[in-house]
Amino acid sequence: MSQTDSNSLLRIADLTVRFRSGHADMTAVSQLSFDIPKGQTVGLVGESGSGKSVTALSILGLIPQPPGHIAGGQIWFQDQDLLALPEKALRRIRGNDIAMVFQEPMTSLNPVFRVGYQIAEVLRLHLKLNKKQAWQRTLELLDWVGIPEPQRRARAYPHELSGGQKQRVMIAMAIACEPQLLICDEPTTALDVTIQQQVLELLQNLQRELAMSMLFITHDLAVIADLADEVVVMYRSEKVEQAATADIFRQAQHPYSQGLLACRPKLHDNPKRLLTVADFLGPDGQAKQPVIEAAAPKPDKTQQGVLLEVRDLKTHFPLKSGLFGRVNDHVKAVDGVSFQVHKGETLGLVGESGCGKTTLGRTILNLQAPTAGQVHFDGIDVFAQNPKQMRQLRSRMQIIFQDPYASLNPRMTIGQALMEPLRIHRPDDCQALRQERAVSLLEQVELNPDHLSRFPHEFSGGQRQRISIARALAVDPEFIVCDESVSALDVSVQAQVLNLLLDLQEQRQLTYIFISHDLSVVNFIADRVGVMNQGRIVELNTAKAIYHNPQNAYTQKLLDAIPKGEPKIRPKGQTTGIIT
Amino acid sequence: MVELVVKRLLWGIPVLWLILTLTFFLLRLAPGGPFDQDRELSPAVEQLIAEKYQLDQSLPVQYAQYLKRVVSGDLGPSFQYADLTVNQLIGLGLPVSLQIGFWALLLALLLGVALGAVAALYANRWPDTVAMLTAVIGISTPNFVIAPLLILWLAVHWQWLPVGGWSGGEWRHLVLPVVTLSLPYIAAIARLVRGSLLEILSQPFIRTAQAKGVAPSRVLLYHALRPALLPVISYLGPAAVGLMTGSVVIEQIFGIPGMGRFFVQGALNRDYTLVLGVVLVVGVMMLLFNLLVDVLYRWVDPRTVPTDAAGARG
Repeated sequence: MSQTDSNSLLRIADLTVRFRSGHADMTAVSQLSFDIPKGQTVGLVGESGSGKSVTALSILGLIPQPPGHIAGGQIWFQDQDLLALPEKALRRIRGNDIAMVFQEPMTSLNPVFRVGYQIAEVLRLHLKLNKKQAWQRTLELLDWVGIPEPQRRARAYPHELSGGQKQRVMIAMAIACEPQLLICDEPTTALDVTIQQQVLELLQNLQRELAMSMLFITHDLAVIADLADEVVVMYRSEKVEQAATADIFRQAQHPYSQGLLACRPKLHDNPKRLLTVADFLGPDGQAKQPVIEAAAPKPDKTQQGVLLEVRDLKTHFPLKSGLFGRVNDHVKAVDGVSFQVHKGETLGLVGESGCGKTTLGRTILNLQAPTAGQVHFDGIDVFAQNPKQMRQLRSRMQIIFQDPYASLNPRMTIGQALMEPLRIHRPDDCQALRQERAVSLLEQVELNPDHLSRFPHEFSGGQRQRISIARALAVDPEFIVCDESVSALDVSVQAQVLNLLLDLQEQRQLTYIFISHDLSVVNFIADRVGVMNQGRIVELNTAKAIYHNPQNAYTQKLLDAIPKGEPKIRPKGQTTGIIT
Repeated sequence: MVELVVKRLLWGIPVLWLILTLTFFLLRLAPGGPFDQDRELSPAVEQLIAEKYQLDQSLPVQYAQYLKRVVSGDLGPSFQYADLTVNQLIGLGLPVSLQIGFWALLLALLLGVALGAVAALYANRWPDTVAMLTAVIGISTPNFVIAPLLILWLAVHWQWLPVGGWSGGEWRHLVLPVVTLSLPYIAAIARLVRGSLLEILSQPFIRTAQAKGVAPSRVLLYHALRPALLPVISYLGPAAVGLMTGSVVIEQIFGIPGMGRFFVQGALNRDYTLVLGVVLVVGVMMLLFNLLVDVLYRWVDPRTVPTDAAGARG
């Protein structure tokens, strides 16, 4: 096997990684080969479980062994095979020549050490700086990655920084030793769109200044459009396509790549349904001709009766301090919000983290006590209900949460999770009837009904979100609050779940409040959109008006932050065979 | 931090009052009295004793007088040890129990954390099995079994250490009681550390440390152990009080003049003031150690501290 030529910094050759689960071996990466040229950025794209993160971890020798093991191949870096290096030699490369930025800035920093200290540790370890030098350099690094007041922030603990700032700290830590290769594993997935844009710009600038190579891993092609020189697409642990970035967007060859490009909701057109990977790629891997439904203007649903009316709603959280916990200030999470939602309508609520959209959703459902204001649901004053009446009302108002991993009880089977709301709201039904209903619910969310006795951890993120939807539907609600319900999902899965929500709305005449930080998603699903900032709705209009003619500066700012890398030409379905 | 300490100390006053009040009346509800003996006393003698110990007055009056005395720092005369006050008794027993308890706590912490760390590092391999098996034995074997065995081997058979006695706290007399007392705590801490370390080692920030090129030993002892010690710290408050207020069994077997015996004897003899005094000591220690734990916790886990060191978030 050849070593790296003068042009390439890292060469992955025939890499195969397997994981043992039970008695079976699962192949996570199969015969993967590609080069990362010097000073260039390679995007590695694929959905969860496609093997892209495993590839990144293999480069640094961080695959947990067992259960994982490298079954074959080489990774050439500076004329040495990283896979054959002893642990000690590898440690000199980690964080020094090859550094990595991880997906979850919330959990990737050690919570009990100051962030400056965590950066300084790398400098002392690899560059052998003394304490004072390392601290000095840490402050410079923090300044470099755009953290204001580095003196003060360096002494902060991770929980005292925002998500974007934490990711900047991670980046500062990664570039501390000016590595030749920076691996970014979904560095912006957990961030709001506005913050995502800033972080992407930062990475781009750093790459130029340091003349380093970058391997950028993502599930969302749009994110790397401006960033990557070349894109490698992985599907089911294999590379299915590799091409220059412009070529991928102009003329993706593999049906999976075409599907990935098509499934992201776009601002400029509004199809009735989103195309998904399944529209391009059949179950046994053969290419398919996608059927594109013509975009239809959304019917005006404001003629329908009002189902939910929110009047001057306020939710404030007291800030206590002093010896006896005096309240001397309030966080005004929701600060005087009024709107109406009509029957069968979807109202989108967009805004950045901390704008109060989640608190608003929870207050409407009386899961959070309001400070002032009123909510009327179908003429019923929600806050005037006694606990028993409220429980009855809950069968008509449901919620689907953001995190499909945390919102299902890990010790309850799917069947139990689905039947519990039935047991509460329809205590007179017999067990067989409940079982029957649970089965039909699973069918409605397109899951296999045989899986009733399985536990949540046996499902993927997208499947779990379907289960959460089924649980919300169990009691036949009329109204559902979807709180960032697709934000934790891959774009390809997100499209499927969005389609499912639309289908269910049509079948059951559901009314949604759809909360999201992603304007393109809200544009696709919502009839009207409310833009929230600092606890208030700053603009409320039809989705179309918001996107084509934003009245508010803040709305404009959110719109500008949406990744620009949308393909100019949409795939027309002229698919060729599988390129591998 | 100062605010926390002051607040908690102020809260301690009503808590201690409640504990004392409850104990006071519960004791009086128990049948019998301090001077009930097999042999009947003449009414005149009984009258004299009752007057001397103010048992002739109504209960509320006795309660008020007792509280008044306690506030001035006097726990009253013991009903059983005729010439000694409760202050004197506790003054004799507490230092002994504190000394043994302190060393037992230290031993339990060092060995417990070390065992737990080894077990976590070699999870599901033989060192783990050995460590956890030891822990289970440590927790499930009562100290009245362990203590005689240790005496039999180390004191009688090999004659390395004295069989018992105190000798003013000379170190050779400390070893066996300290070891016996700490064994279950070593086991409990080892299990806590193992579980907590295993969870921490699977956290993303450990992977970050590895990606930085940090050596495995430093990852374990530095990046993982500190956050992993949090549950141990919570456990330490009640454990320290338990260790330092003496154990009747250990004191009986090794012949140590600690405080543990006061609990049992005081309660059996209806020695009202002694029981109240001991309860007060335990209460105060409970408050102090839990305060200490909270302070420690804040120091180890900055997330529990409300702070504006980083200024406005954003």
